[in-house]
Amino acid sequence: MCLGIPGEIVEIPSDRTDLAKVDVSGVRRAVNIDLLDGQPLRPGDWVLIHVGFALSKIDEDEARAALEFLEGIGQAYEDELAALRDSGPEPEG
Amino acid sequence: MTSREEQVLERIDRARRRKARVREEHITMAHGAGGRATQTLIEAVFLDAFRNPLLEPLEDGAVIQVPAFTAPGGACARLAFTTDSYVVSPLFFPGGDIGDLAVNGTVNDLAVCGARPLYLSAGFVLEEGFPVEDLRRVAASMARAAAAAGVAIVTGDTKVVQRGKADGCYVTTAGVGLLDRDTRLGVARARPGDAVLVSGPIGEHGVTIMLARGELDIEADVTSDTAPLNGLITALLQATGAVRCLRDATRGGVATILNEIARASDVAVVVDEDAVPVRPDVRGACELLGIDPLYVACEGRVVVVVAGEAAEEALAALRGHPLGAGAAIIGRVAADPPSLVLLRTAFGGTRIVDVLVGDPLPRIC
Amino acid sequence: MMRFVDEYRDADKARALSAAIAGLCEPGRTYTFMEVCGGHTHTIYKHGLEDHLPESVTLVHGPGCPVCVIPMGRVDDAIHIAERPGVIMTSFGDMTRVPGGRGSFLDAAARGADIRMVYSPLDALKIARSNPDRQVVFMAIGFETTTPSTAVTVLRAAAEGLRNFSVMCNHVMIIPAITAILDSPGLRLDGFVGPGHVSTVIGCRPYEFVARDYGRPLVVAGFEPLDILQAIHMLLLQIAEGRSEVENQYARVVPWAGNPRALRAVDEVMEPRPRFEWRGLGSIPRSALRIREKYAAYDAERRFDVPGGRVADPKACQCGEVLKGALKPWECKVFGTACTPETPIGTCMVSSEGACAAYYNFGRFSRRRVREASREAPREAPR
Repeated sequence: MCLGIPGEIVEIPSDRTDLAKVDVSGVRRAVNIDLLDGQPLRPGDWVLIHVGFALSKIDEDEARAALEFLEGIGQAYEDELAALRDSGPEPEG
Repeated sequence: MTSREEQVLERIDRARRRKARVREEHITMAHGAGGRATQTLIEAVFLDAFRNPLLEPLEDGAVIQVPAFTAPGGACARLAFTTDSYVVSPLFFPGGDIGDLAVNGTVNDLAVCGARPLYLSAGFVLEEGFPVEDLRRVAASMARAAAAAGVAIVTGDTKVVQRGKADGCYVTTAGVGLLDRDTRLGVARARPGDAVLVSGPIGEHGVTIMLARGELDIEADVTSDTAPLNGLITALLQATGAVRCLRDATRGGVATILNEIARASDVAVVVDEDAVPVRPDVRGACELLGIDPLYVACEGRVVVVVAGEAAEEALAALRGHPLGAGAAIIGRVAADPPSLVLLRTAFGGTRIVDVLVGDPLPRIC
Repeated sequence: MMRFVDEYRDADKARALSAAIAGLCEPGRTYTFMEVCGGHTHTIYKHGLEDHLPESVTLVHGPGCPVCVIPMGRVDDAIHIAERPGVIMTSFGDMTRVPGGRGSFLDAAARGADIRMVYSPLDALKIARSNPDRQVVFMAIGFETTTPSTAVTVLRAAAEGLRNFSVMCNHVMIIPAITAILDSPGLRLDGFVGPGHVSTVIGCRPYEFVARDYGRPLVVAGFEPLDILQAIHMLLLQIAEGRSEVENQYARVVPWAGNPRALRAVDEVMEPRPRFEWRGLGSIPRSALRIREKYAAYDAERRFDVPGGRVADPKACQCGEVLKGALKPWECKVFGTACTPETPIGTCMVSSEGACAAYYNFGRFSRRRVREASREAPREAPR
């Protein structure tokens, strides 16, 4: 229902407390950060953008943990494939 | 499949085969977006009124046999003829303006017929109050574009309407060109086994215009890809005689062109998402706005269908030209399912790429 | 560097996850999961995600497309306001084609109404500032993800004392919709893929009743294709282990407690309506929000006379049954006759990704036929 896009904060204007400039693959837009409730933001942080508002700050540690889980599944799959290849039909003779 | 389901599907197919009908009482913006509504309008209103064998294929231009003249080699000369109107807003945008857009657009419509563009006309509808300085800029830009494409603007027309009755300046160009080769091109000529190519990264013009309107407050360094394609297309046609179809992917984008080809040729077009060139910032803008680059307009990109065995030759010919440096083989033609465009996604799945329904608009969902 | 997008679109990881999913499926058993959110439906469609699922896993597309659930009467009311002299109606691009009883916004614009698309509700506010002699109305649609942005916009308008800006509030809530689905007879769902972006606002706790009272697992998921595959893996794992819990696959974005600041802004500006009509699902109690009395000056329904005409969904429309997976699209009484993509009745036909629209356009091509066509030849090697 709701298109939310991750964007990287590239600039926090010193004269506005409600805005931050974000970059999405080289495209930039000012987004409203009122909903982040004063969470400290720095250039290099990532936020989720929806209709011009930052809704949430993205947690890199959580993102990494989830990717490690996926890597793990990938590795298990590779191992299984390898095991399957090794247990192939014995050469006749 | 149960018989009840089959009955329902048959009913739908019957409804589809019925003549196109415009349901709306008034013209809406969707009728100009290049998608299904535009197609319906053209078929139900214009084709119905003007029907003739030259118009019927609904190509980018008509190819006319001219018995009184003979082309080099003694064959009956063939003339390509086309027209297009330009109502772009803003009139000046990064990478171009309404002037070079109008010249390049008509040059390209002739070039994709396989013709050598020769002469253009230019009609202007000007709004009372439009700055003469801006008109000079547009005219100068048209002159430069015509020189670059090797065509001459040989006739024209000017009308002025009251303030508020038009948006600054509209331009209509028409053009004629000669077919030097005995090339037979058309959307109905794609065959299973053919390869599908695009001459460069897609969606740049459409994204540039969307951002240049300023309403979205998005900054990017994207510029319009507007360019004359006749040189590129000549290089391609010289390199291989196996080209089946050429279309410039304007309104409705590459997806719309591929659907026209799939339908007219009764084939499936299978595209590899990974292989479709899209600049990162065009992709970024599209992600942010929730639109699909496949539907976004280009003004200097040609979609090429060529016999499978000539794909590499065609690719090399395109890449050998400055305007085709970013060319890529993006897919192939298959027999089944007919009339359908399929996308093999980078994620390893398949989806159907439908005809554009309305304007590609920013969405939240 | 992480970009939080491409990492979750990797085809090799998808194949591994797909194998793991198949491994969790009990032979001879089928599994039906609903992705509640239209954004998930979009991801599934856009990436061809179903090709990575075994035949025994079916995804049912839920009611979470905020424009598709807007009933005809509300569209008519909005058009009624838009056609008043001096009004500029603003909304998201999604709204343009949603048909009411008298056509869509696109048709109203063709009849002369000034209707403008915006990217953000703040853009509507900007239009109001630069057109002080016009009344600017924002047609607010969306689930909990979008509601806070409307609330902040109203607060901003109030702080600036803008007198020519108002909101027609159509914000809906996901929990009552999920409850309505869970309470319907003949439910055949084994679990839910929970809406990730709604949950950035409401958090994960509001779903606990689904697991506790209805015994169905729910996994809040992100919007990249690997997110959804992983959520399905987590659902199957719960079922295999006999659990039914709320889990959060999308912890990189969704805090368990949601966004309290956003919830406060919404509560300040809006309150639940006694009932709200959902296209295809009927009237659901306390399922939508309206502007509180305190902000009445910014409520378009109070500022303008709104006819409030209820164009009831035709009785024969069985959208609700299709949404729940109880009926196939072609089994609905009005499918393909009264209800077509050109003249949609229910929500499943309004969105091109809705179950009925997809079936109408492509039902004659089975999934298998499409899949086989695209695998017919090896990928072209040269790039």
